[in-house]
Amino acid sequence: MQKFNTLKSIPAYLPIVNIDTDMIIPKQFLKTIKRTGLGKNLFFEMRYDDNGKEINDFVLNQEPFNSSKILIAGNNFGCGSSREHAPWALLDFGITCVISSSYADIFYSNCFKNGILPIILEEEKIKELSEYANRKEEISVDLNDQKIIYGNNEIKFEIDPFKKKCLLEGLDDIALSLKKSDKIQYFENQLKNKRPWIFND
Amino acid sequence: MSTTLYDKIWNDHLVDQQEDGTALLFVDRHLIHEVTSPQAFEGLRNSNRKVRHPNLTLAVADHNVPTTDRTKGISDEESKIQVDTLESNCKEFGVQLFGMDDKRQGIVHIIGPEQGFTQPGTVIVCGDSHTATHGAFGSLAFGIGTSEVEHVLATQTLVQKKAKNFRINVNGTLPLGVTSKDVILQIIGKIGTAGGTGCVVEYAGDLIRSLSVEQRMTICNMTIEGGARAGLIAPDEKIFEYLKGKPMSPKGENWEKALEYWKSLKTDADASFDKEINLNANEILPMITWGTSPQDVITIDGKVPNPQNEKDDDKKNSIERALKYMGLTPDMAATDIKIDKVFIGSCTNGRIEDLREAAKILKDKKISSHVDAIVVPGSGLVKEQAEQEGLDKIFVNSGFEWREPGCSMCLAMNADKLKPEERCASTSNRNFEGRQGRGGRTHLVSPGMAAAAAISGNLDDVRKYQN
Repeated sequence: MQKFNTLKSIPAYLPIVNIDTDMIIPKQFLKTIKRTGLGKNLFFEMRYDDNGKEINDFVLNQEPFNSSKILIAGNNFGCGSSREHAPWALLDFGITCVISSSYADIFYSNCFKNGILPIILEEEKIKELSEYANRKEEISVDLNDQKIIYGNNEIKFEIDPFKKKCLLEGLDDIALSLKKSDKIQYFENQLKNKRPWIFND
Repeated sequence: MSTTLYDKIWNDHLVDQQEDGTALLFVDRHLIHEVTSPQAFEGLRNSNRKVRHPNLTLAVADHNVPTTDRTKGISDEESKIQVDTLESNCKEFGVQLFGMDDKRQGIVHIIGPEQGFTQPGTVIVCGDSHTATHGAFGSLAFGIGTSEVEHVLATQTLVQKKAKNFRINVNGTLPLGVTSKDVILQIIGKIGTAGGTGCVVEYAGDLIRSLSVEQRMTICNMTIEGGARAGLIAPDEKIFEYLKGKPMSPKGENWEKALEYWKSLKTDADASFDKEINLNANEILPMITWGTSPQDVITIDGKVPNPQNEKDDDKKNSIERALKYMGLTPDMAATDIKIDKVFIGSCTNGRIEDLREAAKILKDKKISSHVDAIVVPGSGLVKEQAEQEGLDKIFVNSGFEWREPGCSMCLAMNADKLKPEERCASTSNRNFEGRQGRGGRTHLVSPGMAAAAAISGNLDDVRKYQN
């Protein structure tokens, strides 16, 4: 997994609430057996017209937002299905940081497995940051110090320490859990006695 | 200390409490399907890892499969690759698969209970958000992403943070024609699509206890639409009776041991909840969704909202956007909404009781001439049972098409989809923009309401057709 440390970009602002995973990546693109290549279809329905032409009004079709690495969006971002194709599509497009006032649980946790930092801020701070998108000015994100730097201002954000560590170091969850094989084995042995029907033995 | 049902299941699956507040949780049952698993198996292969417990894993292809004649296989090349990939992955890693020609094939959340793979007190995961369905059995069941699917395959555990306890009590009795689908739509309307975020919901109250096992599944299924990852109901005699003798249920001495454990699975009387709400079942009416979020609900005798009545700008914009997408005018009556299609099926409402409920309304009636309607049974076994009861004939005689099992038009990954601006009364779970096809307009309803809409040609009150 790609490490996340600091990031500087003009943010793109999508002022829509409840952006669901069907909007982020519609189902016709879930038929892939790979993790990559989804970026061109990110926000497909909003981004292209019926003839497959880019819709100029849509923010990610406009310069400089078509190369934004930071997306600012309305609350409850990523609601709906568990499809990890949603963070894969964001990542493939080049977005590695999302800023919203809230996220759906599964999407939130999927971001961290893919090197994407989802930041939670209060609505009013989001409005403030969105001004930088409107003015096409860069903002910076510093994960280690847990802060966003914009103009002469800073906002601190909260993040779970373990999730932070994994992002900073690009750690693979599975390798970490496999280090606990002894504990898993011990649990399974106990389980075979306590609830033998679980293993169908 | 007094604990909730969720606390008890959590505690019984704790492999390791980690310093950062997360926990390593043992997973008893892992369901997989073709859409969210290929990248997980690829990950295993790339790092030379095995599936730790193939016998705790069950696979089925459901999202991509055609619901029409299957003898010629899948014509869509990409869908075929995904289904074939699932098959070869299952063979390589030794996982049991219900293939497309197996009569046990069906929607992953329907086959789990049907086979007795789903059991009380277990932790069940699947790369699909509607995994919450299995909570009806008193299990902790939730959807996970593909990286987590890989994690479970490799370790049979999952890294989780404990959620909050949220209890929703529903007491009273439901009026005639009102179903568990209306109950859950009412709940989502009340709490909103983010109302349950960070929580596990326990459904309780005498109405919930009075529901059949399948009706409970409909409620737990849509828990995710209220933002909570899991919803559960304490198991009781109805659950034990349902599971007895199922192919994968515990047998003999194990059945007795399991039963003893299952009976202990309930929230202590004085356990406390972080959040709690109460609903009166007597006041619930048949519901429809008018907009593009499952929280956009009104009763069938209600009116579409008017954005002018909304003071909050964000909410006003969101209503305007939804009305525009749905092609509706403010203040129009729900029963004036004319429909083009009807879809009965999905993991929400594709079980035998759902089909019976719709068939009861359709018996000896014809659907409206401008309506195209399909029934997609949730599994091969549901289909077989329905055919034994003659339900297929009722559907076909009324003008419905009778299809092969799968997810079908719930998410329109196969050939079953809406055309732009087509309007559908659907028993599925999501009315998002484009969910049932680009530009398609979805109204979520119960199976009886879907049948009523098919007959009338517009959204209509199922109580009109009750005998």
